[in-house]
Amino acid sequence: MPRNIDQLRKQYNSSASEQRRHGPGGPRGGGPGMRGATGKPKDTKKTLSRLLGYVKGYTGRIIAVLLCMMLSTVTSLIGGYMLAPVINKLSETVAPDLAGNLSLLERAVGDKVSVLSRLVLGDDSVLPFISAAMMILAAVYIVGVATTYVQSRLMLTVTTGIVEKIRNDLFEKLQKLPVRYFDGHPTGEIMSRFTNDIDNIETMLSNSLTSLISGAVTLIGTLVFMITTSWILTLIVVAFFPVFAIGGAKIAGMSRKYYVSQQAALGAVNGYMEETVTGQKVIKVFNHEDECVEEFGLLNNDMRDKQFKAQFWGGVVGPIMGNTSQITLAVTIGVGGILMLGGLLGAGGLTVFSNYARQFSMPINQISQQMATVFAALAGAERVFEVMDTDPEAKDPDGAVDFGDMKGDVRLDDVTFGYVPGKTVLKHISLYAKPGQKIAFVGSTGAGKTTVTNLLNRFYDIDEGKITIDGVDIRDIKRDELRRNIAMVLQDTHLFTGTVMENIRYGRLDATDDEVIEAAKTASAHSFIMRLSDGYNTMLEGDGANLSQGQRQLLNIARAAISKAPILVLDEATSSVDTRTERHIEHGMDRLMKNRTTFVIAHRLSTVRNSNAIMVLEAGEIIERGSHEELLAMKGRYYELYTGKKELD
Amino acid sequence: MKRWFRYAKPYLPYFILGPLCMLTEVAGEAIMPRLLGILINRANEGLLTTGLSLGIMAAMIAIALVMMAGGVGGAYFASKASVNYAADLRADVYSRVQTFSFENIDKFSTGSLVTRLTNDVTQIQNLINMMMRMALRAPGMMIAALIMAIILKPGLSVVFAVSIPVMLIAVGFIIMKGFPLFSKVQTKLDRLNSTVQENVTNVRVVKSFVREDHENGKFRTANRDLRNTSMSASKVMIFMSPVMTLIMNATVVVVVLIGSRMVLNRDGGMLPGDLTTFIAYVTQILMSLVMVTFMLTFSSRALASARRIKEVLDEPVVLNDDEAARKDLPVAAGEIEFKNVSFRYYKNSEDKVLDGIDLKIPGGSTVGIIGSTGCGKTTLVSMIPRLYDCDEGEVLVDGVNVRDYSLVNLRDGIGMVLQKNTLFSGTIAENLRWGDETADDETVRRMAEYAQADKFVSSFKDGYDTMLEQGGTNVSGGQKQRLCIARALLKQPKILILDDSTSAVDTATEAMIRRAFREELQGSTKIIIAQRISSVMDSDMIIVMNDGKITGIGTHDQLLADNVEYREIYESQTGGAN
Repeated sequence: MPRNIDQLRKQYNSSASEQRRHGPGGPRGGGPGMRGATGKPKDTKKTLSRLLGYVKGYTGRIIAVLLCMMLSTVTSLIGGYMLAPVINKLSETVAPDLAGNLSLLERAVGDKVSVLSRLVLGDDSVLPFISAAMMILAAVYIVGVATTYVQSRLMLTVTTGIVEKIRNDLFEKLQKLPVRYFDGHPTGEIMSRFTNDIDNIETMLSNSLTSLISGAVTLIGTLVFMITTSWILTLIVVAFFPVFAIGGAKIAGMSRKYYVSQQAALGAVNGYMEETVTGQKVIKVFNHEDECVEEFGLLNNDMRDKQFKAQFWGGVVGPIMGNTSQITLAVTIGVGGILMLGGLLGAGGLTVFSNYARQFSMPINQISQQMATVFAALAGAERVFEVMDTDPEAKDPDGAVDFGDMKGDVRLDDVTFGYVPGKTVLKHISLYAKPGQKIAFVGSTGAGKTTVTNLLNRFYDIDEGKITIDGVDIRDIKRDELRRNIAMVLQDTHLFTGTVMENIRYGRLDATDDEVIEAAKTASAHSFIMRLSDGYNTMLEGDGANLSQGQRQLLNIARAAISKAPILVLDEATSSVDTRTERHIEHGMDRLMKNRTTFVIAHRLSTVRNSNAIMVLEAGEIIERGSHEELLAMKGRYYELYTGKKELD
Repeated sequence: MKRWFRYAKPYLPYFILGPLCMLTEVAGEAIMPRLLGILINRANEGLLTTGLSLGIMAAMIAIALVMMAGGVGGAYFASKASVNYAADLRADVYSRVQTFSFENIDKFSTGSLVTRLTNDVTQIQNLINMMMRMALRAPGMMIAALIMAIILKPGLSVVFAVSIPVMLIAVGFIIMKGFPLFSKVQTKLDRLNSTVQENVTNVRVVKSFVREDHENGKFRTANRDLRNTSMSASKVMIFMSPVMTLIMNATVVVVVLIGSRMVLNRDGGMLPGDLTTFIAYVTQILMSLVMVTFMLTFSSRALASARRIKEVLDEPVVLNDDEAARKDLPVAAGEIEFKNVSFRYYKNSEDKVLDGIDLKIPGGSTVGIIGSTGCGKTTLVSMIPRLYDCDEGEVLVDGVNVRDYSLVNLRDGIGMVLQKNTLFSGTIAENLRWGDETADDETVRRMAEYAQADKFVSSFKDGYDTMLEQGGTNVSGGQKQRLCIARALLKQPKILILDDSTSAVDTATEAMIRRAFREELQGSTKIIIAQRISSVMDSDMIIVMNDGKITGIGTHDQLLADNVEYREIYESQTGGAN
């Protein structure tokens, strides 16, 4: 039975980021959620000064940009003004007795043009005068265009440079963060730092900064020109100022309100779509298509209604604000006409004034719009910096040992550990593995098998006890050295975009092609690789979506095989490989494990049978240990598991 | 084109009224400068009065109010039109996906289907919204301004004969040079983001192989590459924008020079105010061209989206029941027969996934299928509910070709638990009722009991009302599999297919599930694909498959005696020695 809209909204609305947090496998750390891409920055000053830090390297260029920008804004103001003397001169000539009073500035500019005209053209009668004015105008325009160009080019280098640096810094920081961080932050959330947040910063840098400054300069310049032309008209324009400010804020508030509810509806639609498209095959098997279409229709219509409101309110800003400024213009022109009658204003003055009045709302709109962008960008920057400020994996202590090659003698001594303080996952674990031995972990899901191996390479640091390799506490070994010596095949098979060859070589970057092929053979991956369209050069995309789960596991094994690490961890490495194939790779696996200390976690007990020792874990404790035969003889938990008397999950 | 128009049809009034409203703005913008010109001219002629000034003011205010109403109306209709259009399009694409066969779904990855339904539809929505508000306005503004200018002073308008073509060439240059670069930037950005995504999901791999520096290097290269491409794309715009301004400025200078000569010569009764008006039109014409450029840039992106949506809509759904001869026939006995069935996933590939399968399964029997990864087990059973259609041969259920059933009846009669299974957001009970939405609580509970799921469900605080998160991530793998089995059982299917769906359930529980099948589903045919021999050992019939072919059929003992492969599998699981 299709659900109604309220149920659907509830179930899919908040789910978008929530559900990803509980990704399959892996421990679940706490970590406060950082939801939503907008929101106001908390500490504007600090964030701003930090952003300024990125600008530092470009101080010279920024100053040049600012100068160019001022210059180009001023030229555009002057450009607009140069029509005044022309129109005045023409009016004077056409109707000399009607010429109105010229403002001081108009007279001054007119005089300057006359001087130039006499100087260059030897005459300041009408035509030479206008030619001279146009010469000035052309010069001003050229300067304006040139400065705009230089400014844009400089700013482009600055913006892209800063954004590139922020991206690099953020990515490098990610590489340093502990695994714990990724447990508590879903991929989507981290991704939105790279996409939304950095996008916002980029928009701010490339548009807002220049717009804000040029907007401010234009506003001031326009005011100055307007006042000098006619203070009465200027008063009228300024009187409209609150209308713009308040009206603009009101409409912006409406559109923001509906925008938020639209985003929520969109989240629900996307969540529903993602789920049902992913589960499409199940839907087919259950003939559930019609219900889905119906439920989707409800969500879709709900979103449509909200989108309409958001779009409508966003769309009326332009016409309302724009036409309010046309009204301002109308009033100035009407009053201007009366002023002209009284001889208080010239035709040229009115022409340029009307241009300024028409434009007057532009910088105001520009500034208020840009302020929104700036806030979004600052909020984004704050989130980016938040990631950058997260504590990285602890530094290696002074005097950390720089192991060359380890022998692989691993000891855990009374190790206790919990992902969250107060919730222990492993209790008093003690075990040892001599070089070359194979130790297996068996137990139900959540017993702590994977956790043990994650402690070995310090994905997590233990709370109590001690882990040593070749007699040295692993906390005293350089972390990179430690990890280099432990090859892992993980439960979740992950591959990288790139060729099969590159993916295997990931285990040892300097491996030759022959060595890669050798490793693939060890993992029994060679034959299926050869059947791929381009063999070892086949591109894998989207986490190797074109391979079966079993094939991906074989590639993962090959990747571990190529590394020369003396310690090997196999965490459910062959769970999706059928038993027959598994048997085929047994030889390869034996070769792989030879001379390496190996830790095996397997669901399938046939895989662990020939281990030197098997540890049965339950609720974080080793409850049984011994060889396969010893454990069977014990008739305890292992015996139950092996003979299928108990559930394994 | 017709396809896209279809979605607009129900909302035609919006689509017509929207641009019309916007035309009021065009008209207003064309008249406004003229009014100022008149004022200045009258002043120069000494004919200006207070009344005229106030009259012009009133007229301008009236026009501004009309324009405002037009603008608001335009926003209203444009939003109505675009959201409705997009909603219908989205619903249509979504229902289209619902009709897809497995083959179609395999072709598009689910990820790309989701993007098409979300981002791509939104792109089109934005395009419509913008087009409604600008498509008529930009050219309208240009034409209106041009007409007004020509009416005002035809002689002076000759200037446009030069400047407009030059501008058009500039616009063309941006399109030619800039567009490909912009789409390149988008591709590079997508790639950079997927690098990050991959890095984040693979964080444990990266760390365990100590490949942080390697990853940094990879990212830096991609990042630099993106920066360079986006710089070269921006450079085109940065170069073109001053060029266009320059053309506009040059036009203004020329107009002033020629125009003022005309004023002085009283050429065509030209007055200073006319010059003011004319210059305003110059600006308008050139502004509209800038708007057009912007619109084109925007639509290039939306067109790519339209193409991607079209692919989904145009995807031929090969698997349907249009030609079914016995649409009213339900599945009754559950007898299955394969006659010389062959199948390829890719029609051009040489390897057959299924190769000449002949097989007869009596109704009510229990059948096990075993074989190595990729041997075609899943494909074989997928033929029964027509998840795929075979290329050669035929599949019969109760002696009738599966293609002659209606899809609904056929699939209603078959309960299938897929290897890669999904539960959906909602309560456990809601999920189970997918099998039978009219089932009462008692039936739901009983089926869960058969699937050995009742015990753990009852242990949850909310029992059957426990909310499952997307994909059922808050239950364990084994629990999920049992819920999926219960869901299939609720269908009371004549044929039940379990595709490796107890792999995470321990052997003892699995045995209990099988026993429930035997006792409660006596009349149904049960097909079990498994990795473990123990899962199929007690079946009436076991099928051994290898490389798309059946290599053995028989009971456990028979196969153990005369099938090498079966023995090999058996030994690999029991340790050979015993």
